[in-house]
Amino acid sequence: MVENGIGASLRRKEDNRFLTGKGNYTDDINRPGQTYAYMLRSPHAHANINSIDLSAAKSAPGVVAVFVGQDLVADGVGGLVCGASVTGKGGEVNKTPPRNVLTMDKVRFVGDPIAVVIAESLAQAKDGAELIAVDYEELPSVVSTAAADKPGAPQLHVECPNNVALDWELGDKAAVDAAFAAAARTASVDLINNRMVTNPMEPRAAVGEYNSGTDEITLYLTSQNPHVHRLVMSAFMNIAPEHKFRVVAPDVGGGFGSKIFTYNEEAICAWAAKKINRPVKWTADRSEAFLSDAHGRDHVTKAEMAMDADGKFLAMRVSSHANMGAYLQLFSVSIPTLFHGFLLAGQYTTPAIYLEMRSVMTNTAPVDAARGAGRPEAAYLLERLVDVSALEMGLDPAEIRRRNFIKAEQMPYQTPVVQCYDSGDYDASLDKALANADYDGFGARRTEAKGRGKLRGIGLSAYIEACGVAPSAAVGSLGVGVGLWESAQVRFNPTGGVTVFTGTHSHGQGHETAFAQLVTERLGVPVENVEVVHGDTDKGQFGMGTYGSRSLPVGGVAIVNACDKIIAKGKKIAAHCLEAAEDDIDFAEGNFTVAGTDKTMSIAEVAFTAYVPHNYPAGVEPGLDEIAFFDPLNFSFPAGAHVCEVEIDPDTGTLEIVRYTAVDDFGVLVNPMIVEGQVHGGLAHGIGQALLEGCVYDDDSGQLITGSFQDYCMARADNLPSFDVDYAPTIPIHNPLGVKGCGEAGAIAAPPAVINAIVNALGIKHLDMPATQEKVWRAAQAAG
Amino acid sequence: MYNFNFHTASSLDDAVAKLGAAEDGTVMAGGQTLIPVLKQRLAKPSDVVDLSGIGELKGITANSDGVTIGAMTRHADVAKSSDVPAALRAVAEGIGDAQVRNRGTLGGSVANNDPAADYPAALLGLGATITTNQRDIAADDFFTGMFDTALTDGEIIKSVTFPNAIKAAYAKFPNPASRYALVGVFVAQTASGVRVAVTGASGCVHRATEMEKALSANWSAAALDGISIPSSGLNSDIHGSAEYRAHLVTVMAKRAVAAAG
Repeated sequence: MVENGIGASLRRKEDNRFLTGKGNYTDDINRPGQTYAYMLRSPHAHANINSIDLSAAKSAPGVVAVFVGQDLVADGVGGLVCGASVTGKGGEVNKTPPRNVLTMDKVRFVGDPIAVVIAESLAQAKDGAELIAVDYEELPSVVSTAAADKPGAPQLHVECPNNVALDWELGDKAAVDAAFAAAARTASVDLINNRMVTNPMEPRAAVGEYNSGTDEITLYLTSQNPHVHRLVMSAFMNIAPEHKFRVVAPDVGGGFGSKIFTYNEEAICAWAAKKINRPVKWTADRSEAFLSDAHGRDHVTKAEMAMDADGKFLAMRVSSHANMGAYLQLFSVSIPTLFHGFLLAGQYTTPAIYLEMRSVMTNTAPVDAARGAGRPEAAYLLERLVDVSALEMGLDPAEIRRRNFIKAEQMPYQTPVVQCYDSGDYDASLDKALANADYDGFGARRTEAKGRGKLRGIGLSAYIEACGVAPSAAVGSLGVGVGLWESAQVRFNPTGGVTVFTGTHSHGQGHETAFAQLVTERLGVPVENVEVVHGDTDKGQFGMGTYGSRSLPVGGVAIVNACDKIIAKGKKIAAHCLEAAEDDIDFAEGNFTVAGTDKTMSIAEVAFTAYVPHNYPAGVEPGLDEIAFFDPLNFSFPAGAHVCEVEIDPDTGTLEIVRYTAVDDFGVLVNPMIVEGQVHGGLAHGIGQALLEGCVYDDDSGQLITGSFQDYCMARADNLPSFDVDYAPTIPIHNPLGVKGCGEAGAIAAPPAVINAIVNALGIKHLDMPATQEKVWRAAQAAG
Repeated sequence: MYNFNFHTASSLDDAVAKLGAAEDGTVMAGGQTLIPVLKQRLAKPSDVVDLSGIGELKGITANSDGVTIGAMTRHADVAKSSDVPAALRAVAEGIGDAQVRNRGTLGGSVANNDPAADYPAALLGLGATITTNQRDIAADDFFTGMFDTALTDGEIIKSVTFPNAIKAAYAKFPNPASRYALVGVFVAQTASGVRVAVTGASGCVHRATEMEKALSANWSAAALDGISIPSSGLNSDIHGSAEYRAHLVTVMAKRAVAAAG
């Protein structure tokens, strides 16, 4: 048994620097001769730009340069790109309107950047920006998801008639309609998946630097995938060729998806650093983050279920709109389609499913992947619809789920919506969750609460997600523009320490610890002798980054595969040194041993020998340094059952989550403490969405109403209960480590569990998120 | 933030002099509103005069009639002072968060008169007296409108005197995002009668006279059954409609009466 290997709740190696203020974030980086960039952003939701007068700004004190979109275009800088090409109805691929780095002709959302002022100080850059005179011709705007494709709606792009970027469908409509026509019972719910601002603790930032001696650009930035950032900016934006372009994402303070994408400001800092031959720094303030980070969710949906007389699901039909914002961001239309539609079977055997999904353009910030990305929307509509179906059938919500679960013995299970689940035992998760939550004792708790004038409710969600993104060929065939493998390099240093270069990154999940544990488990090296390096295109091999709960299921496997190459080579060296046949060498817990003897050599000794090869096998290269790339065979399918119990004060609508029970199937847990932390964080996100968070634009003006934390409410500690977290693991057949990913689960599972509990307490059919105090109060009044 | 001249005043007279000499000056108490406003470039004062160095503006003095609190006394100090009556301590303890309470001051809050601030309800509810460098002003005359007070140019709050109440309590329904009062109601039985002050619901803290009448006749939560303030003219935003706020005023008033005993 290796100490501090897989399964150890080791304290996070990175926390020493994070908790003592020694983290190195992008805004901590300052370069000699640095200038400061400030973005002039549109104050209007929709307007033509008649003219921009830069003359006063250019001559303002301290201003070094002022640029508009034409300056970048003249230098050959390409626009921001959308990496998705998803085929919709009639074989039509999504329509991707062009987006310049700085908007030139017409602004399309409040916050759309139109000019950059670069000055000796940030204050001088801001002063300069105030001197830019823009002649806008205001246009009517549309911000509503449901209204965007209605006749007469203001049009954003000529490329997208009726503001539709993609009209997509999935499944056999005729078969589903026929099943509905023949069904004994049907259930239906109209719901909104509320728009969210991701709000990582660290706002986005970038520092560009140009070395005229080597003609190289270095860009420090807040990124979940620095290699992809470099690829996109090289291949499509012409910032610099990849070999002359270093992208560094140092410590990253959260991202939740929003730091996957290539943004205007990053391209500007890289390009302008060369243009003015001085470093250029930009850091978003919180107000800019609200305006310009990619937002998440924002679906308006009708969901229906057809059932037989026993509540067995026969068919499901979903019609939905997804808001893409003003431009298609990097993943954009792939989220409400591939990452949403393909999860609509959930944990159930529903044989026929039809989804039509319209992705629409509005005068709002772009919408893209955010923690869960499509899967929270799928789980929410499905788990709400299942509860509405239970209500329709007069069945207990647990019972209707059991009647429709895919059974453990049916694995692997091919769903009607593309995905093939490779493992899972949904009855086991639910049974454990109900037991841990004392589901049977709820009636007594409800009665006791009623005596105190409180309405108590209980709600379930049985969610599934597709993580470990993703098999490259599979996503490629669906229109995703990249491969989604991951890479690792495991390098022994001559004195026995190990440096691991991973192609993924960390924005706070503790990879430096969990990945080191993988190496310790595999190679028997003490965990303190393993250092994980990520986030710098000049240090490690190409990699795809962190999102979609992929870092461990994909990146972790690449690391152990590289470890296995180390062991294979080490056996050759040990066999030579121990004067035995290679086949007779066993490796365990850090030692190479001649089978059946006490002749042994530690891996540190083998490493030293590899670098000082005086006595060395012929034909074997010196050095002990191996690289591996891993392309997964399938997605992973974390799943689970969550139970939420709430108590409502009917006089005010104030709600308390009095109990929250999570039972998740993440397969093998590498570091249970980190996993529990990820579950807690995900639940805070999901509960926040259900109760508190909602990004609101004004329907008339298109202004962002929730533009600060004064109005945008994220969950705080006093909004959350102490979570009861447990596991019911099954082992995935497609993942060599047996892991599934855990970073998004809470955000996916919690919203339907919370809303199901609220409607249960109130005795109503549905309440839209966020379930604010006033909404709950009104529903309580109406329900009497 | 735009550039401005920063001054640290050594005395109240010094502050007045520095303010008078400024082209467009402002005083800074705890800075919990002023600094965010400056950072967002929403104000452009020529001079900022910091009051935090003036000893005479700090401290809490209690006597048999009540308690006098210096304008520069921080919320956290009020919240933990045994000289301050419980209802007033609770108001201070419920303001913002720990960081705000460690910087924010009584005088700053009162002079700013944010329509959703907590302290104005306590001043109006207890019938406090605001003492400035020029005069005494009754709370009833002080809060004149949204972010507006009876203070004139160059007038700086020195202290606030709260008379003892027979019974008093504050019930706050916080805005879930900002934690300001979506609705806050301060009720008090005082020597001069029952007072009910409402903050958060409208553009300015105000007294709920119908409720005062009902409670004068019968000091109990039940006395407020069926009494509500009209929703017309109340604030309405994404956190609460006017109708909801009107409802909450009654609920919070009843809870305050119950808490006051």
